[in-house]
Amino acid sequence: MSKKIAIRDAYGEALLELGKKNDKVVALEADVGGSTKSILFGKEFPDRYFNVGISEFNMVSMAAGFATADFIPFVNTFAVFMTTRGADPIQSLIAYDKLNVKLAGTYAGLSDSYDGASHQAITDIAFVRSIPNMTVVSVSDAVETKKAVEAIADYDGPVYLRLSRAPAPVIFDESYDFKIGKGVELRSGKDITIIATGTILHNALEAAELLKEEGIEATVINIHTIKPIDEEIIINAAKQTGAVITAEEHSIYGGLGSAVAEVLAKNCPTPMDFVGATEFAESGDYDQLLEKYGYGAKTIAQKAKTLIDKK
Amino acid sequence: MTKERKKELQDLCLKFRNDLIDILYSIQTGHPGGSLSCTEIVTTLYFDKMNIDPKNPKKEGRDRFIMSKGHACPMLYLNLAEKGFFPKEDLKTLRQVDSHLQGHPCAHKTPGVELSTGPLGMGLSAGVGMALSEKLKKTGATTYVLLGDGEIQEGGIWEAAMTASKYKTDNLIAILDYNGVQLDGTLEEIMPMGDVEAKFKSFDWNVLSCDGHDVESISDAIDKAKESKGKPTIIIAKTEKGKGVSFMEGKNIWHGKPISEEDYKAAKAELGGER
Repeated sequence: MSKKIAIRDAYGEALLELGKKNDKVVALEADVGGSTKSILFGKEFPDRYFNVGISEFNMVSMAAGFATADFIPFVNTFAVFMTTRGADPIQSLIAYDKLNVKLAGTYAGLSDSYDGASHQAITDIAFVRSIPNMTVVSVSDAVETKKAVEAIADYDGPVYLRLSRAPAPVIFDESYDFKIGKGVELRSGKDITIIATGTILHNALEAAELLKEEGIEATVINIHTIKPIDEEIIINAAKQTGAVITAEEHSIYGGLGSAVAEVLAKNCPTPMDFVGATEFAESGDYDQLLEKYGYGAKTIAQKAKTLIDKK
Repeated sequence: MTKERKKELQDLCLKFRNDLIDILYSIQTGHPGGSLSCTEIVTTLYFDKMNIDPKNPKKEGRDRFIMSKGHACPMLYLNLAEKGFFPKEDLKTLRQVDSHLQGHPCAHKTPGVELSTGPLGMGLSAGVGMALSEKLKKTGATTYVLLGDGEIQEGGIWEAAMTASKYKTDNLIAILDYNGVQLDGTLEEIMPMGDVEAKFKSFDWNVLSCDGHDVESISDAIDKAKESKGKPTIIIAKTEKGKGVSFMEGKNIWHGKPISEEDYKAAKAELGGER
């Protein structure tokens, strides 16, 4: 297995580097700076770092104020609190006025595994994706994280950046060309397409390996931008393989799977299945949770085989 | 404040009240009570205090106003139109399809509106963000936030209050439209706020008060607030909901009730007659 780097560390360093390049970048934090790694920015730029304590509604609303005054606020907290406690200003201030705010929701999916379901985010994508004007980015490894931070800073508008707590295998190298809204095909096969977002992308690639052992050729696509979604790459893959599985550490209702299904229903109806949450998880070891709740490579491969039989 | 200036502002307020009743009667929707309550506050800000340029609404270093109690936006729109941010004839399109004048303030549609508001309790936090931005830019600009007294029941207000004092945003002036009445009844009936002055003082704010229907009293309080060093200021402006139309005064039913023909005539008679 390739080297693992924690997404949150990659994010913290990327934010720090961005702060060095652009003095319009400010960072807001709600007392979890040691976890989100926004503290790296805070130590270097104390005048542009605002730790407002445990007040997420306030923090997200403040970011709107900074954006109207031409700063680029990066807002940091756990994904679950960002999109529940901060939901109101995300929708009615930031998205409504298309403000240039970057909402970095970390510890997404089950990655805050030991803290339990209360701290795991399985509904965040569904919320932000449904709001007009929002761009939604979900990253799978350290390289993609760094490139995504740079790209969303260059983009003028509201972005939700979904980050994991977990150490994730490095999939991409420095030559990786990250473009908002552009999906990435990592593997090409004729029998089935696996579309993934976030760190589960690695499991999707493993699943493709397992399928290969049984003579099944899978296409694997990384959809890092869930909104606006790359319709072309999805439609083409569906046409070529005739079956599509989505994989995400998120509810199967309203997340990547729903987004892909919307594209295919409209353009190219295709048999589908979904890997994702249908229930709250629990406390425990992250890898064990992924296995227990059906996010593992074996589950993805099994669902793929079942789907192929239905073609 | 000179007598002439005071008279000028008072006349403007009377005109705005008349126009407000005309508009809300013609469209049969909107919020008269809270708009009448904040008439003098908003007019004093726009015509006596704020450094703004209608020809260049996004001018760097301008003062900013957030109408956090967004439902009172008709009074904001009247002021913005009078200032020249957009044509006065637009006012009659309020709340109608294709109008840039939304039922609650919309910053991306209406020139001069600094922040979209409506859902209560977010304006003060956004104001803290703006005030901190101006401090980073060292512009010396002031951020004003108008709060409703029902609005301060929102928990977010107190999160913002903590934050403003932590960051010593002395370039932030909140004004509380303290009329004592919310949608369903009086504050005492619905959710008593107790000693508001003591509450903000305990959050380490500079707390001032004024007569919210006396333009000179408001103007003086703002001058005093600008002298604050190291603390944000809240001006508790004593007001009356529905001020200027006797049968609307202090009545929660006039929070958002359409104006009947009979009420329209009575209101206009009180405000200077049918035009």
